Amino acid sequence: MIEFKNVFVSFKQDKQIFEAVNDANFKIEKGEIFGIAGSSGAGKSTLLRTINLLQTVSSGEIFVDGENVTHYRRTQLRILRRNIGMIFQHFNLARNLTVYQNIAFVLKAAGKSKSETETRVNELLDLVNLSDKSNSYPANLSGGEKQRVAIARALANDAKILLCDEPTSALDLETTSSILSLLKDLNKKFGITIVIITHELDVIKSICTRCAVMNKGSVVEIGDVYAVFTKPREEFTRQLLSHTNHFTLPEEIISKMQGPIIRLTFKGDNANNPILSYAANTFQIGFNILLGKIEYINSLPLGILYVELIGEVDIIKLAIEYLAANTADLEVINHGL
Amino acid sequence: MDFDLKAALLLTFGQTMQMVISSLLAAIIIGGSIGLLLFLTSNTLFLKNRIINQIVGVIINITRSIPFLILLVLIIPVSKAIVHTSIGPSAVVIPLAVAAIAFFGRLSEASFSDVDNGVLEAAIASGASKLSIVLKILLPEALPSLIKNITVTAVSLIGFSAMAGTVGGGGIGDLAIRYGYQRYEPEVMFICVIVLVLLVQIFQIIGDSSAKKLDKSSK
Repeated sequence: MIEFKNVFVSFKQDKQIFEAVNDANFKIEKGEIFGIAGSSGAGKSTLLRTINLLQTVSSGEIFVDGENVTHYRRTQLRILRRNIGMIFQHFNLARNLTVYQNIAFVLKAAGKSKSETETRVNELLDLVNLSDKSNSYPANLSGGEKQRVAIARALANDAKILLCDEPTSALDLETTSSILSLLKDLNKKFGITIVIITHELDVIKSICTRCAVMNKGSVVEIGDVYAVFTKPREEFTRQLLSHTNHFTLPEEIISKMQGPIIRLTFKGDNANNPILSYAANTFQIGFNILLGKIEYINSLPLGILYVELIGEVDIIKLAIEYLAANTADLEVINHGL
Repeated sequence: MDFDLKAALLLTFGQTMQMVISSLLAAIIIGGSIGLLLFLTSNTLFLKNRIINQIVGVIINITRSIPFLILLVLIIPVSKAIVHTSIGPSAVVIPLAVAAIAFFGRLSEASFSDVDNGVLEAAIASGASKLSIVLKILLPEALPSLIKNITVTAVSLIGFSAMAGTVGGGGIGDLAIRYGYQRYEPEVMFICVIVLVLLVQIFQIIGDSSAKKLDKSSK
């Protein structure tokens, strides 16, 4: 659906050349929700804008639906942009136009008649649950409502692709999840390909199927979201994840415990098996769970448990061997033996 | 008093309005277009062009740096060529318009620049033509600020038009100087000043209230 081939974007800043995008080479498949993560200034936003040519590339090529769009101009470019909707962190609705007028503008600009426009706007407002706000001005809407209007506007001309530039970064947690589930619905219902850039890793975890990680203009890692989040290949990704995945036992607790403490990681299938209770029965030892969580990334579970083992030394060793063989990862935090 | 004050006031008030309104119209149409051109040629989303932008900018700056009294005299030959006279309200309209065009050109450029660039970027991303973005997004978004700046221009024009009396332009300011100052009739001066103050107030009130009505950016 979208393909980047050797894409470079460079800016001149204070007489120095600065590579905002450095050799991007990857494909985004039709119908997927693709996330691009990275800290601010990583070039995510620049890369996203090359898709609809809001940002021209310095070299390389962009393919949309198999067509090389890199050098599209004028009419060709305008038609391309109608098929690619875009939403923004700050919604970017015209303040002096009503909700209706904001959406109607892009339909009229695409040459739709007045009656076609009217039908379509009402249809879209229905889709995003805002039929009663048709005549409101953006100032009288909440952040979530503004983003829903922006989504309706982005999809007005039957866009096949939706580009999202930090779509939830200005929203609170509750509104974020409602916007994300709306995006997920739209993806399912209409098969719209969605590209999301965000510094919020939770957004990527909750709705993306695949993702890329960017650092200083380069795509450092790309793959299945579950794989990237549970088994990052690159050091940078690990660092990025550690900022949000801060999940460790306080030192005081570790020093207070008598027995050995282990950190167990469960992934995918083995997260669903009752491994701990099986071990407890087989080896006749006690487990004292100190800290634990199970989260779902792209609907697959990832569990992390900190457990103190209580029992005889030799048996504990056997139990640790068994657990190591049956979980994704086992780390002995404190031997205590 | 050997002259009909009421008749003189009416006549000069008409002259002031003629000078202010016609030069204001020129400022809105021509100055507004220049402001738009300055904005469009400075913005990468539209027609960024440094050369055009700087040439137009320098012309505006030069015009604005000439004191109005000097501009009045400098432009006399131009007025003569256009309106075939160098005295009376219709002759002073030309220098007034030139000053107002340069003044409002800069102010309207600022009004356009104040429009949220993100809103314009979103419109560009939707595939709309630049012309329709200018007409249907940029103008409505800038309108409240444009109206405030039209008001500022109108008020300055009332002040400038009073100076226009010096080249035989007429108007209330001229009446105030000729009768009030030169003939020592302070009542005339006083009445003229009151009329001018009221005129400025009326322009300001109309401008403020219509700008407020059109601005939907706050609750």
